[in-house]
Amino acid sequence: MPSDTALWISSHLAEKIREHGVETYPHECCGALLGRDSEVLEDEPDAEKKIAPPREVLGLFPLANRNGDSPRNRFMVTAEDVRTAELAAQKQGLEIIGWYHSHPDHPARPSEYDRVHAWPWYSYIIVSVNHGVAEDMTSWRLNDDRQEFSSEEIEIRQHAAILR
Amino acid sequence: MAVKVMIPAPLRVYAGKRHSAEFSAATVGEALSGLTSEFAELRKHLFTEEGKLRAFVNVYLNDEDIRYLAKENTPTKDGDTISIIPSIAGGSSDNAH
Repeated sequence: MPSDTALWISSHLAEKIREHGVETYPHECCGALLGRDSEVLEDEPDAEKKIAPPREVLGLFPLANRNGDSPRNRFMVTAEDVRTAELAAQKQGLEIIGWYHSHPDHPARPSEYDRVHAWPWYSYIIVSVNHGVAEDMTSWRLNDDRQEFSSEEIEIRQHAAILR
Repeated sequence: MAVKVMIPAPLRVYAGKRHSAEFSAATVGEALSGLTSEFAELRKHLFTEEGKLRAFVNVYLNDEDIRYLAKENTPTKDGDTISIIPSIAGGSSDNAH
């Protein structure tokens, strides 16, 4: 699966996601990624500068895993929680650009269950938590036809970019 | 009667990057029909092949989930806002245990 897209996140926020996965282990954690999508700068005459920096995570909105039946290998965010997260994003001048969740004692790769329930466009960060220790972190985007995910390169940055 | 339909971020790419669109509609169903008529690519992301709303698509009329009202037959009035809210789910395994 090619990595055509990239996602920027500060080391601080990346660590927060790992910590959330450790905190809820052996259950899956979940939360919203708040940030800004990449955008094409239509007015920029220089073609190389037309594309703004990649999509960037600028905040997190940790949520409770509402899957009460199988929280060790499933997570669920209700519509009400999505609305709450959207309001939180709007208050910060951001939008929900994706979601994160953990895979306790499983690789950081999307499952078929992940694919069936995913939406295109969003970035899906997965952190693998093995025996209570956070390990690999990956990001994925569902293709338009919903048939498979494409991996997305995560670029860990020391600091968040200057707000556009 | 103009009803505003808010389009969630993951679906804007199928709706000309619009954040919202307005339709003349007497019910939620009519507004959603207007939306998918104008933006045909949206249909498969909102409805199953049988024409039912997909399980992980939630529709709110103002602040209420239409499942607890009259679903797609819920009447609308001028100035109402319909929001399409995706439910989010996933998990490491394909089998619950």
